[in-house]
Amino acid sequence: MSTQDHPTTTLQLILAWGFVGIPLIFGVMQTLINSMRLFQ
Amino acid sequence: MSLLSFLDREHTVARPGFSRWMVPPAALCVHLCIGQAYAFSVFNLPMTRLLGLTQSAPGDWKLTDLGWIFSIAIFVLGFSAAIFGRWVEEGGPRKAMFTAACCWAGGFFVSAFGVSIHQLWLVYLGYGLLGGIGLGIGYISPVSTLIKWFPDRPGMATGMAIMGFGGGAFIASPLSVWLMSVFRTSHHIGVAPTFAVLGAVYFVFMIVGSIIVRVPAPGWKPEGYVEPEQTKKLITRNDVFVYDAIKTPQFWLIWWVLCLNVTAGIGVLGQASAMSQEMFPGRVTPVAAAGFVGLMSLFNMGGRFGWASISDYIGRRNTYFVFMLLGIALYCTVPYMGRIGSVSGFVICFLIIISMYGGGFSTVPAYLKDMFGTRYVGAIHGWLITAWSMAGIFGPVLINYIREYNVTHGVPKAHAYNVTMYIMAGLLVIGFICNFFVKAVDARYHMKADDPRGSNPQTANATAPAAARA
Repeated sequence: MSTQDHPTTTLQLILAWGFVGIPLIFGVMQTLINSMRLFQ
Repeated sequence: MSLLSFLDREHTVARPGFSRWMVPPAALCVHLCIGQAYAFSVFNLPMTRLLGLTQSAPGDWKLTDLGWIFSIAIFVLGFSAAIFGRWVEEGGPRKAMFTAACCWAGGFFVSAFGVSIHQLWLVYLGYGLLGGIGLGIGYISPVSTLIKWFPDRPGMATGMAIMGFGGGAFIASPLSVWLMSVFRTSHHIGVAPTFAVLGAVYFVFMIVGSIIVRVPAPGWKPEGYVEPEQTKKLITRNDVFVYDAIKTPQFWLIWWVLCLNVTAGIGVLGQASAMSQEMFPGRVTPVAAAGFVGLMSLFNMGGRFGWASISDYIGRRNTYFVFMLLGIALYCTVPYMGRIGSVSGFVICFLIIISMYGGGFSTVPAYLKDMFGTRYVGAIHGWLITAWSMAGIFGPVLINYIREYNVTHGVPKAHAYNVTMYIMAGLLVIGFICNFFVKAVDARYHMKADDPRGSNPQTANATAPAAARA
């Protein structure tokens, strides 16, 4: 295993969090919209 | 490097400069996928019309038979987490995530085949057994890795992953409904191709997680993190071997704490829609009740992250004391809210209760880490998950049967849940007592440095570099 520095870039972090964050936010928004029926 | 060696723990050791903030998304890749289990009910009605298409025809599957698919999956989840826990811990997170991806996606493919040839036993075998093994391995796979990357905030770290399990249903539910509408034709209802697509999508997602995941190099610490010199009474620096941990009273006390907290929450989670309509007849419509259920799911997910993060500051035992005491007060308040007709009070009570139900799941890995150390925390967590399987049976049975008993004995539907609420509060009193008796683990259970049981991957790579960017 290489012991050289291999720093994580900001782009990698954005891609990783976007990969899971976008579907999650989509799901939460859908649920929130459905939940609003409680107050109608 | 072959595929099999790529999956090995030694090939997942992070190089210097690797950011630990890459690990929560890796864990979420797995938990968001396996969280689909909570949304499986969207397939129930369509699967009762596979032959009749518009309505059930003779030979179509019955709803009661379909209910077993989810039950088998949750049952297998608990027991596979217990059985494979040690292997997950010693094999490393990448191998575990890869295996979970194969089982979970494989379960969908077998189920798709079962639906297409209309053989229910294949769906039991696919989603229930194979998928259930994927659920169990996937659920525990990132736990100890996250705890090792975030020694300063273990509750928050595991809370993030376990929040994903709650959030998975939010994605799966609309996605499944949309896919079924896309694949629906005049000849079939679209369940089989939906299963196949979901299997493929989940496989890709989980494999991405297994590629991203890394374990910290031995001796690694977050930048600026100094381990407290004086350890707290309930936070150990020693490790306990998994099969020794399950011999300790502490393990079984925490098992009961989790089981009782989950029993209290899971019962109302499944019955929230019916309960709100029956307690407030004419005021809560079926549409509003559906909104209430959605809001409860959001609080279930939020509680997983929120309460686990709070536990990093107030301590794990105190967090469970809050769950128990606040839960007792809220369950006792619900009948009063019903009596005075306060829908908003009822909703607030249950939203807080359900946030603590989620919090109970997400705080427990850090509680185990405090008691038994980090070395086998994933495997010990696997054994603890059996409490969930048991609670999955107790909770709904308690709510349903007590309500049924009350209604058949002349109690108005609006008041039929009152006794259940007091019983739930009683369960939490027992949980409070169990939590009260949790003390530090006896030193005789601690692993010694030369313990021959299993190689210690934390020391096996002792020469690896320790510096990494937090």
